[in-house]
Amino acid sequence: MSPPAAALLDVALLDVAAGALLLTAVLVVWRRDLPAVLQIFTAHGVALGALVGVLAWAQRSVELALVAIGVLLVRGMLLPWLLRRALASVGPARRELRPVINVAASLLAVAGLVLLAFAVSVPLVELDGSPATHAMPVAIAVVLIGLMVLVTRRHAISQLVGFLLVDNGITAAGFLATTGIGLVVEVGVALDVLLVVLVLHVLAGRIRTMFGEVDLGELHELRDR
Amino acid sequence: MPIATALAFSPIAVPALTAAGCALAGRRVAAVAGVVCALAMEAAAIGLAVTVVASEPIEVAGLRLDALSAFMLVVIGAVATIAALASPAHSATEVDAGRLSPRTARRQGVLVHAFLAAMALAVLAADLGVVWVAVELTTIVTAFLVGQGRTRNAVEAAWKYVVICSTGIALALLGLVLLNFAAAHAATDAPGLDWAALVAAAPALDPAVTQIAVVLLIVGFGTKAGLAPLHAWLPDAHGQAPAPVSALMSGVLLAVSFSVILRVKVISDGALGPGFARALLLGAALASLLVATSLLLAQRDYKRMLAYSSIEQMGLLALGAAVGGPAATAAVLLHVLGHGLVKGVAFVGAGRLAQLTGTSRIDQVRGLATMHPTLAAPLALAVLALLGLPPFSLFASEMAIVRAGLSGPDDRGLGWAVVAALVLVLVSGAAMLRHTGRMLLGPTAEEPPTLITRQRLPHTTRLALLGGLVVAAVLGVTTGPLTDLITQAAHALSGAP
Repeated sequence: MSPPAAALLDVALLDVAAGALLLTAVLVVWRRDLPAVLQIFTAHGVALGALVGVLAWAQRSVELALVAIGVLLVRGMLLPWLLRRALASVGPARRELRPVINVAASLLAVAGLVLLAFAVSVPLVELDGSPATHAMPVAIAVVLIGLMVLVTRRHAISQLVGFLLVDNGITAAGFLATTGIGLVVEVGVALDVLLVVLVLHVLAGRIRTMFGEVDLGELHELRDR
Repeated sequence: MPIATALAFSPIAVPALTAAGCALAGRRVAAVAGVVCALAMEAAAIGLAVTVVASEPIEVAGLRLDALSAFMLVVIGAVATIAALASPAHSATEVDAGRLSPRTARRQGVLVHAFLAAMALAVLAADLGVVWVAVELTTIVTAFLVGQGRTRNAVEAAWKYVVICSTGIALALLGLVLLNFAAAHAATDAPGLDWAALVAAAPALDPAVTQIAVVLLIVGFGTKAGLAPLHAWLPDAHGQAPAPVSALMSGVLLAVSFSVILRVKVISDGALGPGFARALLLGAALASLLVATSLLLAQRDYKRMLAYSSIEQMGLLALGAAVGGPAATAAVLLHVLGHGLVKGVAFVGAGRLAQLTGTSRIDQVRGLATMHPTLAAPLALAVLALLGLPPFSLFASEMAIVRAGLSGPDDRGLGWAVVAALVLVLVSGAAMLRHTGRMLLGPTAEEPPTLITRQRLPHTTRLALLGGLVVAAVLGVTTGPLTDLITQAAHALSGAP
């Protein structure tokens, strides 16, 4: 048994990291200025890396610490860098002009989603009462917020950020569940996400060439009428 | 067992090597290689099927070979053969028309074979995590096939396809994370995500967590299987992809994802009893049938008509899976094969039609039966087969699903759902019959497009169309040597001894 003071510190650090993860996700919803959104998204990736780092520290696991560095590099640096490049390549539109619902309503919806996340996570927390599992609702909340960004934003880059928020949330849930899903799968998942972002990056460029802008509200040529 | 190992890896290795070959070889060589690759996949699948029927499931190096995976490989090989036969002529026409550069045609060959390899991995992998990676890979490699046309429509379809499918499948990943979490707390030796181990450990899984996981898994893999509510990508993607690719996506990709749902259902049944997955699948089935029927009624584009018909057929499969039990599950598997063959034929025929007429609008094609009977006949037969008319195998499998749904014990409350599904199937069938009838029989325009009357069908395309229809018809009479394989898979999937 570790001394209670050290354990308490671990829990406090874990809560700070999880709190940062949730706060940055909420801030993404709050801002409409895309360069600012990307800065917040970078902080979100760093918070995710820090969360894994805290878990590694709490478990005194070198292996997990290495994974944390990997997460930090991919989610806190590589993916945000790709997004910044994508934003630069899609032209001058730097603001989310017409989100489907306005910011105030989105923030209210976020509050509802966080409550929903805590409600559905009750069985998860009950199954394993460890401090890490207690933070699971935060990961689920990030997934839900990401889904909301995905369906309520119309700029291609905003949608990419929404998709990656979903993905970061799932990654956080995976680490907080304290049971790895196997190295092959972890690497495969990371690779898949990277490829999806690259594919969407290329497609966003093509949308810009063909439609003249990347407001996906303009994508309505394919219909059944 | 080195022979079995080599045999098990070949359905993944052969298309992967062909993909590499397509990157280097010329067009003519690539065309032959495509057909050889598809036939080799089918041969390997048959070899594996024979091995599996004779013995227990084989586990080698991360692959699990059981009756279901062997059967799915047979389906992949069969539809891949149709697509490979039709592909060279389709691409050649596109290149001649200036819609496809030779470089893009070459890339199409590479991507199609990578797509086949990813699907083979998805049905063979023992670990559900690897299955997930493989299914996500299919999205990535097909994204540029959907967006290949470089028109506004193609790019729009590709964007929707990648965003919706990746998000849906991300939900499935969350489901896997939670399932793994439940499994780690159930047994002393954690089964991880190995499917067979999870099935064995299922009764000990925490029910509340498993419920959340199963919902996410069925919605997630259901997205890729074209089941409502996350089906919106399907008509756009199938309408925009090159016809042979649409044949593969509709005929096998949907079915491969659906086979994962069948595997998830086994775990769910073990952990939560049959009622839970049944309710979810029933909801998805009726929603899909409703969506497909309502959009088929006033459909104006024949490629999209075929795409909505796929959503309808997936709804039927979900209904069959909801009914459950060996009889219904065997019917579902037979339906997967029949639908793959017939829908492959239908998309290849529709692709040829679009090339001849330059349009995919239903109201701009009239009197096809008199102008081009060799193309009209296979199209008509394929649509009749999709409506579930004999002698094609879809008649037998649909009947078996309905019979199993109505004849089981009353406490399942399935009767009303089966009746509702039947009504929807009849309405959508009537709609498809009306659209197709107009295209084939309607009064010929005063000046028929000259192109259409002169062009003959290439021999390979004719072979693909006829072959698919003949096999589907033979399967309607007898499933022959496939019977044992289907029965064995159905028993394993329905938990019967």
